[in-house]
Amino acid sequence: MLVSLALITASFRSDALDPAQSAAASALRPFEIAAERVSRPFRDAWGWSSDLVHARSENERLRKQIDQLQSQAVTDQTSIQDLERLKRLLAYRDSPRFPQDFDAIATRVIAQAPSRFEQQIVVAAGTADGLHEDDPVVTQAGLVGQVTRAFAHESRVALLTDDQTNVAAVDLKDASAIGIVRHGEGGSEALVFDRVAKTVEVLKGEVVVTAGSPGNGRLPSLYPRGIKIGVVTSVGQNDLDIFKQIQVQPFVSFSSLHSVLVLVPKSRVR
Amino acid sequence: MTADAAKAAGLLFVAVVLQVSALWTSLVDLPLVTLASIALLRGSMLGAFAGFWAGLLLDTATLGTLGFSSLLLTLAGFWTGRYGETTGRDRGHAPFTSVAVITALTTVGALVLHYLLGEAAPARLVLVDTLPKEVVLNVALTLPVYGLCRRLFPSREAAGRIGEVRLLG
Repeated sequence: MLVSLALITASFRSDALDPAQSAAASALRPFEIAAERVSRPFRDAWGWSSDLVHARSENERLRKQIDQLQSQAVTDQTSIQDLERLKRLLAYRDSPRFPQDFDAIATRVIAQAPSRFEQQIVVAAGTADGLHEDDPVVTQAGLVGQVTRAFAHESRVALLTDDQTNVAAVDLKDASAIGIVRHGEGGSEALVFDRVAKTVEVLKGEVVVTAGSPGNGRLPSLYPRGIKIGVVTSVGQNDLDIFKQIQVQPFVSFSSLHSVLVLVPKSRVR
Repeated sequence: MTADAAKAAGLLFVAVVLQVSALWTSLVDLPLVTLASIALLRGSMLGAFAGFWAGLLLDTATLGTLGFSSLLLTLAGFWTGRYGETTGRDRGHAPFTSVAVITALTTVGALVLHYLLGEAAPARLVLVDTLPKEVVLNVALTLPVYGLCRRLFPSREAAGRIGEVRLLG
């Protein structure tokens, strides 16, 4: 018990034990990767069979969505060209944008913290690969979280569903609907889009993305603007709360992450 | 004792690796169930040492605060071992009772430790939403895990009886 208490004190108050912990974690890594490889077919089979139940209804919904998005893409393309032209005309100075201003380090997820207190994962890349603490972590589907502890060859990543993760976010349809995305209640993967003013309109089905640092304040957001977070599933408000109550379903499935991308600013690499 | 310690260390190593890399859920606690089974069969001293080892492995694998899980699992291993040495001996329900109790106690202990360290400690989420499910699933896991542990750690009385058999002729 005394050794445990001494370890907690040393680990919590200083970084003295970090090299030893990093070396031990590296030694464990081959076993973790082997266990992950062995269990992956079973997890995939489970995911495949549960997806199959919803496949028919999802197929119809996606076909409708494709039709809508095809017409939307044409409009967006025109808007992008206009935007680029206006930016050039105004010599517009922008904050770092995703993905063009970032290098992505692809890495494998090797462990998940077995705790209901922390929604965190361990990835097989560290400071030796160019990662730093606070770097954003994404997948193709959207935002995953941020690096909270970086060792030489492993890093710990706090997921969006972690209690301590808060992300400045904005409704893609309405730039005035700015708020903070944080974990939802009840331990589910659903998120809450909090601190959105009642005066702005947010509708079910709209997409929420990272807001970046719109005000260019002294404390800029850790996340670049424009990373997909999720889709609004419910919107409510009452007289007692000063903000809207918005629930967001994340695009990323946090329970089945195999590999992720850690975003490293190109300015740091240079 | 040394052979038991080596077997316990190996078994807990496998349990921790499976927990962090294969199971990927916090609702089932394989290292805790394995530890409780070992401690019940081999007593408080081995339980405490095995708990410390399992906790150290867990904190290392998840890059968590070193010593956090060790403290909880050392106490869990010691308590289960004492229960096995005293009231729990030879009772069929002992593995299930001890796993249920130890799951609840380690959860409350972890909550208090997180609170003391100034970290997030969502009591309602942990105690109301997840603890009942975790207790049920851990108790369900006890049957196969305890069965395996009993094969690896046969009771000393049984081992003694086998030793007394003599071949004549």
